[in-house]
Amino acid sequence: MRHLSYLFVLAGCLISALWLEPVLKVNVLRRGRRLLLTLVPVVVVFVLWDLGAIAAGHWTFDPEQTTGIVLPGGLPLDEVLFFVVVPVCAVLGFEAVRAVLRKPAGDEE
Amino acid sequence: MTYTAAALLGVAGAVLVDLLVLRTRLVRRVAFWATYPIVFVFQLLSNGILTGRHIVIYDPRAIIGLRIAYAPVEDLFFGFALVLLTLSTWVWLGRRGVQRKPAAGEGSRLLAKVRKW
Repeated sequence: MRHLSYLFVLAGCLISALWLEPVLKVNVLRRGRRLLLTLVPVVVVFVLWDLGAIAAGHWTFDPEQTTGIVLPGGLPLDEVLFFVVVPVCAVLGFEAVRAVLRKPAGDEE
Repeated sequence: MTYTAAALLGVAGAVLVDLLVLRTRLVRRVAFWATYPIVFVFQLLSNGILTGRHIVIYDPRAIIGLRIAYAPVEDLFFGFALVLLTLSTWVWLGRRGVQRKPAAGEGSRLLAKVRKW
């Protein structure tokens, strides 16, 4: 179970945000192609940053508290998932705020 | 380069993308600044667990040492860059016509009810 510590944190983030989809109809998951296209550059940029930081020794990961699946460059799978989960939660939150406040973001018709 | 320098560069890069590259100008919009505090609270929580439980460990030589809820202050900048780049890309895609619809809140009976009331 200890190996799942990092994943539990990510699951907590998802649980905190995913309810916005059905309850407020933020329609983020329904716009899956746009979400996927958003994730691609973000994951690429931040995985590169992470690989650089790992190489420079800025941070390390506890092998006991991560899945143990490590990608080339010493990047744990857990960390890659972080760069998927956090952006998904951020977009859900952003669209929820927009749904409630009805403030423009610049992509309206 | 230290994490401190990298984090500040990351914020500068994300702001540059938002203002000059994708021109989404989210840092000048209420919608963004109303969202960020909510994201920030959850960031403090999740980051606090990741660092407080030593799931992620930082080299003390790479950070200035100021910590907020266990997490090095650099993480807050890292998170800001991550969220701003994400939302800027999301809005840019919408502006280019990628799945602009269904818009946020469209079809929500709850929101319709609240508004009527």
